[in-house]
Amino acid sequence: MSDKEFIKIKNVSKNFEDVVAVDNINVDIARGEFFSLLGPSGCGKTTLLRILAGFEYPSSGSVFIDNLDVTDITPNLRPTNMVFQNYAIFPHINVKRNIEFGLRKEKLSKDELDERVQNALKMVQLEGYEDRFSNQLSGGQRQRIALARALVKQPKVLLLDEPLGALDKKLREEMQLELRNLQRSVGITFIFVTHDQEEAMTMSDRVAVMNKGKILQISPPRDLYDNPKNLFVGDFIGQINFLDTQIVKIEGNIAKVLINKLGEHELVTNNNNLSQNESIVCAIRPETIIISKTNEKISDICIKGVIANTSFYGNMTYIYVKIEGLSKPIMVSTSDVHDGLSHNSDCYLNIHLKDIRIIQKN
Amino acid sequence: MYNKNNILFFYAIVYFAFLYLPVMLLPVFSFNDAIHMVFPLKGFTLKWYDQMIHSSRLHRALMNSVKVGVIASIFSTFIALLAAKAFTKYKVKLRQLSYGAILLPFVIPEIIIAVSLIVLWTGMGLQLGLVPVTISHILFCTPFCMLVLISRMEGFDRNLEEAAMDLGENAWGTFWRVTFPLALPAIVASLLLSFVISFDEFILAFFLSSQDQTLPLYMWGQLRFPKKLPHVLALGAVIIVATSIIVMLAYWLRNLGSPSDKKSNIGGI
Repeated sequence: MSDKEFIKIKNVSKNFEDVVAVDNINVDIARGEFFSLLGPSGCGKTTLLRILAGFEYPSSGSVFIDNLDVTDITPNLRPTNMVFQNYAIFPHINVKRNIEFGLRKEKLSKDELDERVQNALKMVQLEGYEDRFSNQLSGGQRQRIALARALVKQPKVLLLDEPLGALDKKLREEMQLELRNLQRSVGITFIFVTHDQEEAMTMSDRVAVMNKGKILQISPPRDLYDNPKNLFVGDFIGQINFLDTQIVKIEGNIAKVLINKLGEHELVTNNNNLSQNESIVCAIRPETIIISKTNEKISDICIKGVIANTSFYGNMTYIYVKIEGLSKPIMVSTSDVHDGLSHNSDCYLNIHLKDIRIIQKN
Repeated sequence: MYNKNNILFFYAIVYFAFLYLPVMLLPVFSFNDAIHMVFPLKGFTLKWYDQMIHSSRLHRALMNSVKVGVIASIFSTFIALLAAKAFTKYKVKLRQLSYGAILLPFVIPEIIIAVSLIVLWTGMGLQLGLVPVTISHILFCTPFCMLVLISRMEGFDRNLEEAAMDLGENAWGTFWRVTFPLALPAIVASLLLSFVISFDEFILAFFLSSQDQTLPLYMWGQLRFPKKLPHVLALGAVIIVATSIIVMLAYWLRNLGSPSDKKSNIGGI
């Protein structure tokens, strides 16, 4: 096995009584990768992380870390460390003793121990906090101590269970950046569980989107956004418009499709599972659509609509455009709202064929 | 509003007087230089305390009570600790039912327990004495210990134990380095509380003790002799002070270093 298969999750399933929490998952994670498990609550991402940590025993399948089958190894003997969602800082001992908690078995001299603790505190920028107790720390500081306590063990893999969930938005964004930098500098493989797509997108090398115990897509963030492989992923990541479509004909990598109310068009696709007459969905990101007041065709498709609603988000505005014959309005986002684009006024949408993605329903 | 507050304040005063005035009479008369408990007070004396200190029957009764109390508190705390751990850590089958079953002695009248135990004990042909008293006290104290320990352990973050394991400790190390120190205040509180309960328990001891008197039985016995009354008052005063200190200590310990920021008062002492 190579570095690409530093962590190998093989056919892992986990049932809790009759609920399938993790459903036959196969993933390879590379050495030094920042890998995120993203999904709504109850999708099995935390269970999968706990299987990696050893707190849950898989109902079937096995887990390999650095060529070693760790499936039957208890958490205390695994080369993994975890940052818990609520940080789990031991309340009865101070920061220093929290950080050296896991070093007892290494039989270090007092000087070595102090040095390791100091380095760990420096890494998370909390020098001078040795004597504090958990209840004297803010949420962000607890989070850093939990990180230091795990990293001081120099694990092969660091597991993070929604560690930023309890922080406020500003601090969370700061910590995202810090965490990413920290991961690059220590070079340890991070596996990060989150339900926040933004968090997963900004930090990860690759993201696995999970739903109902299954991994639906594993891709780098950019690819996940640009080429969602199924409806759930497209919908879960960012905003998107779905249009019912029928495949008319397939010729090589060109699919001739009939998009509801948008007419017949030829799209380039590398999906060779498509078949003629198949009912599919065309996905269009709102920011790829050009909205204008005047009827001029500047792209492949131009269609008339009526503005049903607008919502302002500071850096951009979402405009919902009602198209005759479509049940759901099309969502367009733009940073440039001219006066004419007001409620109930007519407008024209321009869409490039290259921005349309084919998604199979299955 | 002002008036209403005044009324409430007055009510509070009356309420506290109702609670504590009768009890406070004990120490007052224990220093009174007269045999009968009547006003006006005759003069200050410490002779009842002197009499108390030099009564050998009292000493025996005290030692009996301490023995019973120590053993009963250790056993009931131990039993309750295991049960509390199970209730807070695992999904216990029929949770509500077994929880209720464990707490039931709480609401069964003591005299019923006493009667059933005496029937059972003598039916088995065993001698009455301090052993059945101790056993009955374990039975009686365990629900109290359960309440103290469960209320503490419910606020106990399971992630802490997992974090210890994750950081390389096995089950034994996790218990000693994390679980035990965190539960310690509650364990001590439970020990103190059950000791106090056992120490002043009367009905069970009355039924089951036979010749070996515990302190409450001794006091009750002395009340029949008017001359002995004052030194019982002195003893009562000492017990009031000692128990208050122990209970306050227990309460303070229970909340000491509580893992949650909010101090829990649920299922209190």
